[in-house]
Amino acid sequence: MARIQILAIIVSLLFLAYISYLIIKGKLREEYAITWIICTVVLIVFSFWRNGLEVMSHLFGVYEAPNLVFTAAIFVILIYLLHLSVVNSKLHTNNKKLAQEIALLKEKIDTLTKDKK
Amino acid sequence: MEKRILIIIPCYNEEASLPSLVRELRAVTGYHISILAVNDCSVDNTAEVIAQCSVNALHLPVNLGIGGAMQSGFLYARENGFDIAIQVDGDGQHPPSELHKLIEHHLANGTNVVIGSRFLSASAFRSTPMRRIGIRYLHFLSRLLTGKKIYDGTSGFRLFDRKAIEVAAELYPDEYPEPESLVMFSKAGLSIEEVAVDMRPRQGGISSIRNFASFYYIVKVSIAMCYSFIRHSKK
Repeated sequence: MARIQILAIIVSLLFLAYISYLIIKGKLREEYAITWIICTVVLIVFSFWRNGLEVMSHLFGVYEAPNLVFTAAIFVILIYLLHLSVVNSKLHTNNKKLAQEIALLKEKIDTLTKDKK
Repeated sequence: MEKRILIIIPCYNEEASLPSLVRELRAVTGYHISILAVNDCSVDNTAEVIAQCSVNALHLPVNLGIGGAMQSGFLYARENGFDIAIQVDGDGQHPPSELHKLIEHHLANGTNVVIGSRFLSASAFRSTPMRRIGIRYLHFLSRLLTGKKIYDGTSGFRLFDRKAIEVAAELYPDEYPEPESLVMFSKAGLSIEEVAVDMRPRQGGISSIRNFASFYYIVKVSIAMCYSFIRHSKK
């Protein structure tokens, strides 16, 4: 096994360990972790399977294998970023709803306590 | 002293099944029962139906998922000093006529969490083959992680005593909470037992676990159960 392979596998495993740590600490929700775990598994598979990249390039009809890496990686990153923007927008909407709800409740309580006095 | 029991009904778009469910719950006698509906930001007329039935309700301003809705119910139960909380789904799958089986089992054995199980009884409610494989896998996983034989880990028809309410009010999974919470409860040292109950096919609404989502369900629940196991082992 080549040195770069071993290095790649070690880095991937460290990454996986860090993801696990974040989930256990409750800092990363499992839904998001699924994507990260899949990415790490893909990295580990290609670290072991050196010809994999060539095989995949042939399959997609790409002449230079590294080009496939860049195209695929950028595409996946873009999609995931879009997904995160959607999640962020939903959070924003929910946050606004909560603030408005609390403000309305506060007003209700204020009126109730004033009426009593 | 008689135990105060809170029935928590998590509902998301259950306008069709809710009125008859509440009527049946009111017909249950012999216990000190209060009903709380948790409306998880339904987009149909659930809110109006709840008002018509005149039951206490928590109306969540944003959709939190079944687990988040249940946790709101547990917070209410803790806040108001209930001894027992029982989850009865809003779709009418859990017949109120079976409630006494859960309650009597708890009163007789002092079990912290009692699960109403479909697979222990002869007249078990039939589900699809794919679902059965999934349930068998979850049975295996929960047995591995909790050391308990739980046949119907996905059943939401559950009784929680005060200790379990304390645990669940602190931390309860948002999405698909049933299998994962088993790991949580068993790690917290609570006893979990099953009793056989009859369940009905859903009266209205649609299942939150449909075919295209079931693979995601299995993956998510497996990861959540394993990490929940590690997380609570450390404490």
